[in-house]
Amino acid sequence: MKITVTLNGKRIEAEITPDMMLLDFVRSQGMKSVKRGCDTGNCGLCTLWLDDKPVLSCSTLAARANGKKVTTLEGVQEEAKEFSDFLAGEGADQCGFCSPGFIMAVLALKKENPNPTAEEMKEYLAGNLCRCTGYQSQYRALCKYFGIQEV
Amino acid sequence: MYTMKNYVQVQSLEEAYELRTKNKNNVILGGNLWLKMTTRDLSTGIDLCNLGLDRIEEDESGYAIGCMCSLRDLETNVSMETEFGGAVKDALRHIVGVQFRNTATVGGSVFPRFGFSDVLTLLAALDCEVELFNKGRVSIKDFILDSPDHDILVKVMIKKDKRKVVYETLRMTETDFGVLNCAVSVKDGKYTIVLGAAPRKAKMVEVDPCSNWEDKEAKDAWLEEVVNQYIFGTNMRGSKEYRRAMAKVLITRAVDRLGV
Ligand SMILES: Cc1cc2nc3c(=O)[nH]c(=O)nc-3n(C[C@H](O)[C@H](O)[C@H](O)COP(=O)(O)OP(=O)(O)OC[C@H]3O[C@@H](n4cnc5c(N)ncnc54)[C@H](O)[C@@H]3O)c2cc1C
Ligand code: FES
Ligand code: FES
Repeated sequence: MKITVTLNGKRIEAEITPDMMLLDFVRSQGMKSVKRGCDTGNCGLCTLWLDDKPVLSCSTLAARANGKKVTTLEGVQEEAKEFSDFLAGEGADQCGFCSPGFIMAVLALKKENPNPTAEEMKEYLAGNLCRCTGYQSQYRALCKYFGIQEV
Repeated sequence: MYTMKNYVQVQSLEEAYELRTKNKNNVILGGNLWLKMTTRDLSTGIDLCNLGLDRIEEDESGYAIGCMCSLRDLETNVSMETEFGGAVKDALRHIVGVQFRNTATVGGSVFPRFGFSDVLTLLAALDCEVELFNKGRVSIKDFILDSPDHDILVKVMIKKDKRKVVYETLRMTETDFGVLNCAVSVKDGKYTIVLGAAPRKAKMVEVDPCSNWEDKEAKDAWLEEVVNQYIFGTNMRGSKEYRRAMAKVLITRAVDRLGV
């Protein structure tokens, strides 16, 4: 079946199978930042924006993206670079495997709620797992990023 | 992961039901989160996304929530937040993460009647009905007692009946399934107490309030009487004895928060 998607600002038409996941579709279109980190919908690594909302692309059928706007890390390079430089400067990440999904979630939070409380921030990012940091370094960096008094 | 031969965006519920009942391997697609974990060979995925069922309608008597609304739509609905004092958000906020709840649908969360369901535990404490395509309107109580069949969940209807409701849950980690879920509502001096993840399907009981909540003996006797009405079980998240003890804790917290 054929779908038309606006992927990172570019309209594309592509042939897909009915059971293709959006994750595999965007990767087939070269968006290799989007990765599968689990089999259960738990890790958040595959996060991208569908019509500007963060969703799990590992669990969303590509067919459902027909006629919609899909944004991956490659489509928000400037903001992503600014934020990942900040993270690196704070020594917040380690291997960086979780970063693509994490950055898409942080940028979505920033759009939805530019001045979150610590609780709101933690809750918004709870769906992004990180196997290295134990979250403390990320937490400290994010408090600084959002101008939150650390608690 | 399943395989699926065809994908259809249906134009009507009649078309969806006809497809659904024609072949047991034709399935309704919700957010696909649960379905994705199956390894079935599916024939047709039936998508209801074109039927305008992704809206929450509201009038003075209540809410009609389309089955294609996301859990996040419920959680962020300002009117429901006010009407139910934050209980909707409390019930949903621990379900994995925001991007998960943007993906999960109300239909896919309610229709399967999962034992661990936070959503069902909450709904059972409200004056709630589900609208099924074939069976029509059914009270949430009867719906929970029934098992999933080939029907289609179209809408969830919640009345604004001025009840107060609170939600409590016990989790081993922030985003894991609940070890025990608890919703308590009060209307006209009567409590509706729902326990979910016990680990069975959510069960509600209606009880009169404790005669004297400040008196330890009366309170313990009341709690004992309430939890005796539930069956607790053991699984990897906790033993039945632990759940029974924790049920009293969650119900106490809920009653304290209700402040009546
Ligand atoms: C890792 C993980 C953790 C979870 N944690 C929690 C938790 O803590 N608390 C909680 O309450 N829930 C939890 N859930 C359940 C989750 O919230 C969703 O309810 C679930 O994933 C199904 O929603 P979905 O929209 O993706 O449905 P799908 O997976 O698409 O569908 C589920 C089933 O319902 C059927 N269906 C879908 N829509 C309809 C409809 N309108 N009418 C009839 N049948 C329909 C499908 O055919 C399928 O059989 C968890 C799920 C996962 C995968
Ligand atoms: S790959 Fe883990 S949530 Fe999508
Ligand atoms: S930094 Fe390694 S997984 Fe997060």
